[in-house]
Amino acid sequence: MNTEGLISIIKNIAEKIDMEKDFLGELDSFIGDGDHGINMARGFNEVKKKLPEFSSLEPAELLKSVGMTLVATVGGASGPLYGTAFMKAGAALKGKENFDINDFVSALELAIEGVMKRGRSTQGEKTMLDSMIPSLTALKTSLANGDDSITALREAVAAAEDGVYYTKTIAATKGRASYLGVRSIGYQDPGATSYKMIIESVYETLKQ
Amino acid sequence: MVGIVIVSHSFKLAEGVKDFAGVMAKSCPIAAAGGMPDGSYGTNFGIISDAIDSVSSEDGVIVLVDMGSAIMTTEMVIEEKNNPKIKLADCPLAEGTMAAAMDSEMGMSLEDILIDLEQVRNERKLDY
Repeated sequence: MNTEGLISIIKNIAEKIDMEKDFLGELDSFIGDGDHGINMARGFNEVKKKLPEFSSLEPAELLKSVGMTLVATVGGASGPLYGTAFMKAGAALKGKENFDINDFVSALELAIEGVMKRGRSTQGEKTMLDSMIPSLTALKTSLANGDDSITALREAVAAAEDGVYYTKTIAATKGRASYLGVRSIGYQDPGATSYKMIIESVYETLKQ
Repeated sequence: MVGIVIVSHSFKLAEGVKDFAGVMAKSCPIAAAGGMPDGSYGTNFGIISDAIDSVSSEDGVIVLVDMGSAIMTTEMVIEEKNNPKIKLADCPLAEGTMAAAMDSEMGMSLEDILIDLEQVRNERKLDY
């Protein structure tokens, strides 16, 4: 995978987020301020607009630029969180013109570490980490079992989906939803959901 | 004088806290960075960055924030500026801004104001 491949992944992510913005907004309106869809779409549409100027960058720089664009345009917590995630993922690919699934694992590891640090959060608080962390674990397990990268990514998507479902069963202790306490139980976390859409876009792009 | 920046999701909240502190601290440089460029709720990297620049001097800047993305976006702005004289305070927004603005007005240093703000964080409003 090189910059060109990465650009097609990011374009697909941006299109999926834009397509799902009403759904993400609706999820957020139950337990948050209802702006997750609009914010994410604003950020990723800006990213999509800038992709042509990013095409000469190496993968690391491309991901960093995507992260910076999200931080600058999103406006909600998902800006600094996804911004940090993409910037950290970029740091894992530093100096590489091409990268493989193992580099992707390292990038996802650093991204998760960055999100945890930036959000001062951990698994089980009804956040994006509840789909990110299980998807990384599933990806690593599948690769360790000798599966090919497409199979491993499919496992990662399935685990992210399970993670989204899990967020329905727990109360939020981080973010705006934490003000609802136990009343947030029964609703799926919008951030966990948007991450699932992102990893799904990665899988769908590579499957083709 | 140490510059003060107020970061909030709400334009009105940031402006209101700024005005409120300005009643007591008349000459201290205070900037409000509330809401998004279109006036909607949220926090914006560029608005926060510009607000910091507008009150910046060699005496330093203290940024006070409300919640969530206000904290995280401000952290990223400060990381990018990479200037040890720009500090994020960890205390209630209205009380902290009042204390910081008056301290700055009286000529206190960045370090001393931050110590004062630690106390603001620990202060309770009712008897204990």
